[in-house]
This record gives sequence, structure tokens and C-alpha cells, in this order.
Amino acid sequence: MEPINWHSVLFFLFAALACGAAVAVVLCGNIVRMAFALVAALGAVAGLFFLAGADFLGALQLLVYVGGTVVLLVFGVMLTAQRPLFALPCGTGQWVAAVMTSACLLAVLLRAAVAAHGSIGPPQPDQLPSSLQPTTSQIGLALLGLRTDRLHQPDAVLREGISGYLLPLEIASVHLLVVLIGAVLLARTKRHPASGTLQPGQHHSPGPSDDSASTPSHLPGEQSNESVD
Amino acid sequence: MNPLTEPIGVAHYLGVGAVLMVCGLLCMFTKRNALGVLMGIELVLNAANVNLVAFGSPWLRADAARSIALDGQLLAMFVIVLAAAEAAVALAIVLCYYNNHATVDVDKASKLKG
Repeated sequence: MEPINWHSVLFFLFAALACGAAVAVVLCGNIVRMAFALVAALGAVAGLFFLAGADFLGALQLLVYVGGTVVLLVFGVMLTAQRPLFALPCGTGQWVAAVMTSACLLAVLLRAAVAAHGSIGPPQPDQLPSSLQPTTSQIGLALLGLRTDRLHQPDAVLREGISGYLLPLEIASVHLLVVLIGAVLLARTKRHPASGTLQPGQHHSPGPSDDSASTPSHLPGEQSNESVD
Repeated sequence: MNPLTEPIGVAHYLGVGAVLMVCGLLCMFTKRNALGVLMGIELVLNAANVNLVAFGSPWLRADAARSIALDGQLLAMFVIVLAAAEAAVALAIVLCYYNNHATVDVDKASKLKG
């Protein structure tokens, strides 16, 4: 009887939680329950990151994704929360087509995973790193342009080509600034005067008459939005 | 062969990533709420992150010297940052759409102009 590999036990625990919560996101009709299942799935993925030795990335996942992005989504849910919008069921035909497409993709991806099991085998206990290697300082140095994990690259040409991630970091920071300004600009556009007098329930009756009736009333809104910009 | 006594490899992580990816795609296909579609996108991006981290981890493969090492984690970090930015912009668009049309049903968003 071999001893139990606790790394594997924890992996299966987090993997089951992540997959179960992801399935729950798909199957839940209520948008609020979907948000909760998404929190569980992203938290379990953070656990998987910790198990793979990516300590900084696991913490980042918890801070940015679970603490930031999902909270943003929950705010969106709360700001648009109306009883008829909680559950918007889609047609059976759409479900059938989506499930068939997804099943084919799942088969292909799992086939690739099984093939990877043959070519990239799991490590034996004597091949594991001797101790936990913290990655925070390595990631920080790599973002500044110094790759401490590639110092022993045997190929001289490759060693010169390995630079850090300083330029992507700068691009990402400018990108974040642009996104922030854009999000503020988009979110502060004024409520359309015509739709402000409409009760929200009036838009929910499906049918072509709804679209044709609402289209002309939005024409003045374009001009007001453009003047804001 | 007891799975609880066997070591974990890259392939196990790839399997989890595949399930997350497919769930996210199903979410994008079948949800009519725009925020539900956004949640599906988050799941897909997370599946990509799981794969990147698995390929770079020294704990999951026998020949760790040939892995992409820290590159996987750095790429995953940029994915997280860009996902946060994408969520912010998409949420702003959804709120703007909700202000003008009083619904978040993506089937009714055939005309985003105005």
C-alpha cells in the first residue's frame, strides 16, 4: 500500500470544486447564483495555482479576479437587477447546438490532454524541486527586464534573446489608463430622455413591434450622446 | 492504480482547463443576459491561465528544465490584467446599453448605435 499523495488529493479536491462550480455557472438560470458559482470556480482555480507552485499568481488571482473583477460583475448585476432580467432562458434549439459544439470541443481538448500525458509525464518524487521556490521576486525582476530563471541558458543566441517583460508591462499600464478613462466616459453617458419615462417592463415583451416602436424614439439620443463626447 | 497515490502531471491540469473552457463557451452560447456572457468570458480566460501555469510549473513534469518556466506565469499575469480591463469596459458598455434600452438581453442588442 503506497502512501497517499496529499498533493494529488488536494488537486482533485480543487479540480472537482472548479469544474463543479463552472458547470453550475452554466446551469444556473438566476444571474446572482451564477455570480456566486463564478466566485467559487475562480477561488478553486487560485488553489490550483498554489498547488502548481505559482504562489504570486494564486494571490493575484484571489485579489484581482475574486476581489475585483467578480465584484465589478456583481455591481453590474445589482445595477441592472430587475425581476424579469434575472432569468432569460434561451431556446431549446440553441441549447442543442451549443451542447453539440461544446461536446466536440471537449472531446478534442481531452484527447490533447491524454496525448500530453504520454509526452509530458508526471514527475517521480526524486525529480521534484527540493524546496518551494517563491516566484514573487523572480516575477518582479522579469517585469523590470531581468530574467533570473534563464541565467543558465546554454545557448548563447537564446540567452541574448531572452529579455524581460518591461515593454509589455508599459503597454499594459498605458492600456489600463486608457481603459479606465474609456470606462468612465462610457458609463457616465446620460439616460435617454425618452426611455427614462418608459417603465422598464414595457421593453420586455418580445416581438417585432417592440423594436419598430422603440427605434425612432432613440434617434434624438444619438445626437445628445455625441454632444457629450 | 489508485489516483490518490499517483503524482499529478501537466495532463491533469490540461483536463481541468478543458472543462473550464467548455463551460465558459457554453455559458457564452446559452446566456441571454449580457453579464452572463461576461462571466463565460472570465471562465474561458481562466482556463487559458490554468494551462499556462501548468506548462510552466516545475512541480508537474519530469523534465522541468524544458518547461516554459516563468514565462507561463508572466503571460497568465498579463491575461489577468487584461481580463480586468476587459470586464471594466464591457460592464460600462452594458450599463450604457441598459440606460438607453432598459434591458440587458443581448438578443435585443442588434442595434448598439444610439
